[in-house]
Amino acid sequence: MSKLTLATVWLDGCSGCHMSFLDMDERLLALAEVVEVVYSPIVDRKDYPNHVDIALVEGAVASVDDEKKIRKIRAHTTTLVAMGDCAVAGNVPSMRNPIGPQAILNRAYIENTSAQPQIPCIVVPRLLPVVRPIHEFVKVDLFLPGCPPSADTFHTALTALVTGAPLDVPALTRFGA
Amino acid sequence: MSDAGDVKTLIIDDKEVSALRGQTILEVARENGIDIPTLCHVDGLGDVGACRMCLVEIKGSNKLQPACVTTIFESMEVSTNTERLQKHRRTILELLFAERNHICSVCVANGHCELQSLAQAQGVTHVRLPYRNPDLHVDASHERFTIDHNRCILCTRCVRVCAEIEGAHVWDVMGRGIDSMIISDLNDPWGESSCTRCGKCVQVCPTGAIFDKSKIGDPHPKYPDFLPYLNLMREAK
Repeated sequence: MSKLTLATVWLDGCSGCHMSFLDMDERLLALAEVVEVVYSPIVDRKDYPNHVDIALVEGAVASVDDEKKIRKIRAHTTTLVAMGDCAVAGNVPSMRNPIGPQAILNRAYIENTSAQPQIPCIVVPRLLPVVRPIHEFVKVDLFLPGCPPSADTFHTALTALVTGAPLDVPALTRFGA
Repeated sequence: MSDAGDVKTLIIDDKEVSALRGQTILEVARENGIDIPTLCHVDGLGDVGACRMCLVEIKGSNKLQPACVTTIFESMEVSTNTERLQKHRRTILELLFAERNHICSVCVANGHCELQSLAQAQGVTHVRLPYRNPDLHVDASHERFTIDHNRCILCTRCVRVCAEIEGAHVWDVMGRGIDSMIISDLNDPWGESSCTRCGKCVQVCPTGAIFDKSKIGDPHPKYPDFLPYLNLMREAK
């Protein structure tokens, strides 16, 4: 049997979900028997593959770049998983929504800077007016709330995805878990 | 003692139960070990039917009724957990999450919040509605407590406990519909209001909207169970 392909993606999040994913520890070895990680912040590959079986997406959609990425991921992925509260609900990145990106950028790069205050505009992608969860852009197949979801949650969910066993997400995790 | 005419027989979720005239569906269900989820209800305060979590189906009526304020009648047949009700409850919770800025991960009540645990119990894993992201303020003018309107679900427990139990009626509701806000006195800062600093509103608030400043960074469980006890002691006097 050929292995399933797995991608993990990091949009506007803190990488805590990825850390929790790695907290599966020795269970990662068993997982590696059945899935192959083809794209991830911990895999040296620049472009999203043409076809991925399971994608775990961490982070909310906060910039034009995030939006472009999530649409591409959706187009090339069979099972798209919203991993953690940022992807599921916006979470901490979305706390800027009532304030707006311009005021946030001014505070960070102008008001609190003594030398050469300027808002970055080259290379870095433009921020969207509001940070939104990924399902407001594309169809999501599975939601795993939690900040972050625990390693046990990841293990149970991924095992279910690989084997096709039934999965009861609210029994495993919740918003803010 | 009640006479025989005061005892009613009804059916809740296919279970035959007896109750006293004037009791609510919620009281009777809980006495009989049938759980109906609630959010604005808290034992010891008057009910207002604000949150609609406890909606039930009554045979013969197409209209859903809130169990906390609907009294029982003879031969009534109540369903508390149909697919239709579950769907409505999930939608109500999603509406609450979308209405204001509920960020569980950074909330003082994370792990001790009734909105959060109800969402989990009702199987809400995400919110299908777009978030409104309103610009709301935090009133930290009080010496000991804070009210964060971002986390308020307008259950009015604070209003009721302050008026009914403390007798101060500092809290009230201003505005209508989506613009409704909990206010102290005539929309004065909490710290400059006629607040008696009793802290009852902190204990009944189901979310992290009203909290004790000394609990920031620590677990902040709420203890509303003093209310029935307090009522009992006052009645016995």
